Amino acid sequence: MKAVRAGNARRRRRHQNIGLLYILPWLIGFLCLQLYPFLSSLYYSFTQYNILNAPIWIGLENFRNIFTTDANFGVSVKATFLYVAFSLPLRLISALAVALLLNLKIRGVGLFRTAFYIPSLLGGSVAVAVVWRYLFGGEGPVNLALGLLGAGPVNWLADQNITIFTISLLSVWQFGASMVIFLAGLKNIPVVYYEAARVEGARPVRMFFSITLPLIYRVLMYNFIMEFIRSFQDFTAAFLITKGGPMNSTYLFALKLYEDAFQSFRIGYASAESWLLFAVLVVFTILIFRAGNLWEFYTGGGKK
Amino acid sequence: MTSYRKVRRGAGRAVVYVLLTLASLIMIYPLLWMFFGAFKSNSELFGSMTLLPEVWDFTGFVKGWAGSGFFDYGDYFLNTFRMTIPCIVLGIASSILVAYGFTRFQFVGKKLFFTLMIATMLLPGTTMIIPRYILFNQIGWLDTYWPFIMPMAFATVAFNNFMLITFFRDLPESLDEAATIDGANSWQILTRIYVPLSKTSIVTIGLFIFIGNWNNFFEPLIYISSQEKFTLPLALQMTFNQAQVEWNRALAMSFCAVVPLVLLFLFAQKYFIEGIATTGIKE
Repeated sequence: MKAVRAGNARRRRRHQNIGLLYILPWLIGFLCLQLYPFLSSLYYSFTQYNILNAPIWIGLENFRNIFTTDANFGVSVKATFLYVAFSLPLRLISALAVALLLNLKIRGVGLFRTAFYIPSLLGGSVAVAVVWRYLFGGEGPVNLALGLLGAGPVNWLADQNITIFTISLLSVWQFGASMVIFLAGLKNIPVVYYEAARVEGARPVRMFFSITLPLIYRVLMYNFIMEFIRSFQDFTAAFLITKGGPMNSTYLFALKLYEDAFQSFRIGYASAESWLLFAVLVVFTILIFRAGNLWEFYTGGGKK
Repeated sequence: MTSYRKVRRGAGRAVVYVLLTLASLIMIYPLLWMFFGAFKSNSELFGSMTLLPEVWDFTGFVKGWAGSGFFDYGDYFLNTFRMTIPCIVLGIASSILVAYGFTRFQFVGKKLFFTLMIATMLLPGTTMIIPRYILFNQIGWLDTYWPFIMPMAFATVAFNNFMLITFFRDLPESLDEAATIDGANSWQILTRIYVPLSKTSIVTIGLFIFIGNWNNFFEPLIYISSQEKFTLPLALQMTFNQAQVEWNRALAMSFCAVVPLVLLFLFAQKYFIEGIATTGIKE
């Protein structure tokens, strides 16, 4: 009897290990197309490498050069931080604000949702970059409209203090996907909470901060982290609309990486830069998680 | 008192509608300009504030479509499909297998593998692109579509696997048990029960892969070098990135590149909305 049971258990265990066979595609893909490239780029970051010749180990030289001799590095970091600092909050706030409005049980939600979602469907496509450069060009429709309102033409794509915002605006315009996620989160909140609050005489603002925000907290974190990681790597708009200019004011980090790696073929150097980007993203993501936990801790009344 | 309240609420409603209408007009406006701009002559594109073209001019479409060299946009569309369709088919198939493995089996190292898979969602693509380029160069895959197809065939897009896992997880386990008693093995359970039940999720994943490939510019820019293999975004860039931009051609071709996406969305809206929503909500 005991032997039979042990046999069954073994058979079940073997049966369970078939699972490994099912995940095998991912396992191979992960090892060969993700982990191996990931680690090899760490190795390249300590080398001098131009693809044609074998990599030469140079230790921390690349990292030292990035911080000491590369004048474009600081410029690029500044542009990237400005871009993220401007586009990310606006994008998330617009997404949440529109989601809140659409959640008011209004008529025609589907129609509105379509209008707000379509821009994000087009994503970082070249087509959208074309339109943006046309709209914000010197004599483009945006400036003509401003002219009608009596405002002078703005150098949307040529003034180094403004271009980064023009590019960010394109990212803000595509808040639709985040909005749909927020909307789904809002739909999950039981209506009774609001009814109870209304009975107690709570005002909408109070309800937002005491009910809505804590309950969509996880969705908010998800959107924040995903959008954060994504926007640090944005490439297409800056590459096509302003080509990083004027005066490198839109020289986003992804552009610099692209030029260093695939135009100058300084593979080692660019790998070092890509690892810096990775390190920054990891640190920020951890910080965001930490800050998030703290916030949850306080709103939970101090209970763990 | 009540009527006053009702009026106030009605006014609030009206404000909400006005706000939403205005905002959605702003959202759609750039696309309207793209659409109508495609039919304008180059001289009319600048310096005129009217949205509708005075004369409907199709030269943008005709000349734009013809391209400048040996290849026209028909070729680029075909190329895009040639790259995208294998990605969709293999991406769906591999994700189904992997998601099934993770949902229904307790194998060694499952927890570790699952954590690793989720961690790859946070892995920046920018860090991967350089070493992948070197790898594909060594294998001889540069200037082919393999760099796009293989990552799909091996289910490396954790997002897709994850979406199916959340769906599979909700299927009642009694289904498996009943099938097992009837003598079905795990493969039969997958193909005869799981797959038919999760059609919606599968379509959604297919749509996401389609859109991702359709818009993808950064990777083709790096991996594809011969014009013969250019996908739409690369072709658009070529039309657009010229010293003297032919704006009506660029806009007309942009419009052509965007139309399939918008149509797809309008017809398959349900899949999109559900798909995006579940990934953010479930854990």
